[in-house]
Amino acid sequence: MLRAALASAVMIVVSTVALGFAYPALMTGVGALAFPHQTAGSLIDRNGKVVGSSLAAQAFTSPRYFHERPSATSPAYNAAGTTFSNLGPTSAALRELVASNARAILSLEGPYNPGLTIHNIPVDAVVPSGSGIDPEISLAYAQLQARRVAATRDLPLTTVEQLIRENTWGRTLGFLGEPGVNVLELNVALDRLGG
Amino acid sequence: MGQGTAQILVYAAVLVVLSYPLGIWMARVYTRERGDVVERGFLRLLGRDASGDQNWKQYGLSVVVFTVLFSAFLYGMLRLQGHLFLNPAHLPGVPWTVALNTTASFVTNTNWQYYGGEATMSYLSQMAGLAVQQFVSAGVGLAVLAAVARGIARRGGGVGLGNFWRDLYRSIVYILLPLSILLAVVLMWQGVPQTFHGYVHASTLQGGHQTIARGPVASMVSIKQLGTDGGGYYNSNSAVPFENPTPLSNFLEMLAILLIPFAQVVMFGRMVLARRHAWVLYAVCFTIFAIGVGVAYPAEQHGSQVLRDSGVNITQSAQQSGGNMTDKEIRFGIANTALWATATTDVSNGSVNGGHDAFTPAGGAVPLVNMFLGEVEPGGVGSGIYGLVFYILIAVFVAGLMVGRTPEWLGKKIEAREMKYAALGALFVPTMVLVMTAVAVVTPAGLASIFNPGAHGFTEALYAYTSQSNNNGSAFAGYGATTFSTTLGTVALYFGRFVPLLAGLAIGGSLASKKVVPASAGTFRTDGATFGVLLLGVIALTAGLMILPAMTLGPIVEGLMH
Repeated sequence: MLRAALASAVMIVVSTVALGFAYPALMTGVGALAFPHQTAGSLIDRNGKVVGSSLAAQAFTSPRYFHERPSATSPAYNAAGTTFSNLGPTSAALRELVASNARAILSLEGPYNPGLTIHNIPVDAVVPSGSGIDPEISLAYAQLQARRVAATRDLPLTTVEQLIRENTWGRTLGFLGEPGVNVLELNVALDRLGG
Repeated sequence: MGQGTAQILVYAAVLVVLSYPLGIWMARVYTRERGDVVERGFLRLLGRDASGDQNWKQYGLSVVVFTVLFSAFLYGMLRLQGHLFLNPAHLPGVPWTVALNTTASFVTNTNWQYYGGEATMSYLSQMAGLAVQQFVSAGVGLAVLAAVARGIARRGGGVGLGNFWRDLYRSIVYILLPLSILLAVVLMWQGVPQTFHGYVHASTLQGGHQTIARGPVASMVSIKQLGTDGGGYYNSNSAVPFENPTPLSNFLEMLAILLIPFAQVVMFGRMVLARRHAWVLYAVCFTIFAIGVGVAYPAEQHGSQVLRDSGVNITQSAQQSGGNMTDKEIRFGIANTALWATATTDVSNGSVNGGHDAFTPAGGAVPLVNMFLGEVEPGGVGSGIYGLVFYILIAVFVAGLMVGRTPEWLGKKIEAREMKYAALGALFVPTMVLVMTAVAVVTPAGLASIFNPGAHGFTEALYAYTSQSNNNGSAFAGYGATTFSTTLGTVALYFGRFVPLLAGLAIGGSLASKKVVPASAGTFRTDGATFGVLLLGVIALTAGLMILPAMTLGPIVEGLMH
């Protein structure tokens, strides 16, 4: 017992130093040299100010911007407090959330998309993401918002659609994952365009 | 669903191709007689306990003492983090109930999380506390597996199973650490943060403020995936873009979940000199994995009742992945989230890339059943195979009864003593789960943790104790932390780890001293399809039947109600 305790004590100290300090420090050094942008958090800089990260959704309410997916964090899009919504597949709370999100989208996008019904709303637009900061929306949801953004910015629809394509993250190697549109990068590109 | 199915098939193919050479390497690591100069020096530093062969009791004692002492160390760090360094977000000490549960959770290779990582843990606690356990607890599991395998392989004379400290050292230095460094570098390239600088305060496009949590993330994410730990840096685990930014990072993290577990089947076959037998085990594990994906993916793509009723568009197309996107991320879609949920519970990983609580009844039942079977498909790093050994012994015992012969396995007679340990190992954890769930759903203190109403709430409780007892760590995350749930969970974590672990070691020790019986015409062959089917049946009939009544109260009734 005592022998095992002595060995344990040494192992605890050595493993904490080697695996708890040396290993992450080594990785941090490699990261800082090889991938400084990514390891700092993929931050987006505009005029010397950090406006967010390519990997985190942020709140957009203005009609001039593309909007993110719903978020269950508190407050919404809290990148220092990620969470699932944990709403079960049969829960009444989910039913109400989906209905109210759909109503909001219909009243926001309806004027720009004549004949818009709930059947045209893609599912990702009305349900919370896993992280609460999913930086992407589906191509379908981006297209749904394109007319509004084009109209409020006085831009041709084709220009906005071109920007959507430029800010779409496709499947890796052509087959892995699902394509999505990075909302923050798209909105930054829109602002750069003026209008 | 063709696109999704193709991704799943590619994943499975890469997994098979890579697990084979890794398994050969791992077998070599544990069978090499003489260590290199660093290893010998290090073992001398550890003292007398680290020299010479240990019998199963000595080996088990080293494991238990080490785990208990490391628990105390980690608990202290979590409680005191507010006064320690590397705490740029100025987070206070972790409350004692959560610290206790978290300690138990990480030293047992579970990584159940009753806390939100980025909002609770300092950089110090994450990297020097929790992430160290992700190496060490996985290393302990692999070490015990090596010991059990040596016991089975021993041909006459002696009771030694090897030395725990040497096995632990080799697990970390020759297997876990190199793979972890490799994966961490790729993850950083893909966008996972790795920095000691504090959280970022951004001014958003609309003039608001956003705090962005970061830290030494990549170094932790790589080992949490490889070591079947699963405890994330962030609360939403690998659903968070900072832990899992791209489809490629997702593919590699998923690969890391099952890579060592499947490799250890190959390793086991080589160490016990029964390669064909190991391939049968491999096929059985793979079959259970395939069934899980085959149920979960269509169920999630079909979507939940609420979503189908709502009228929104859930049809899969080139424009969207559709289906049950609640608590799922765009870049993974349905196929990759269903695949992950199956993989992470086939072994004791427990990391998630989407919220299981929001899964459909059938989709959520897959991880639940996977865990309840004891995570032997092929299970946690180390723990999976000795868990599988219990079922194997029951299977050969049943076969022996049918033909009226003393059961044999790999040339050794299986007698009353081994069967007692196997029964204990196979039945203890499921029984504990059912009792704990029952207590948690009839007491007011237990009910306080439940988030969703009705049958789904029952499933949350069942899932919580199944996950902790089997050292998985994934959650129906609505299930909340109370003094009751954290305390009961702590008990589940420790007993769920050590009862099967010691039973496995005992079987290894007991078989070590047995003489080899030459195979005869009457020996039941364990290296063919017949045995594979029998083993599948035994798994389904023991743990599978035990969870069926509870399933009818949870996912089954929820699925039927709508």
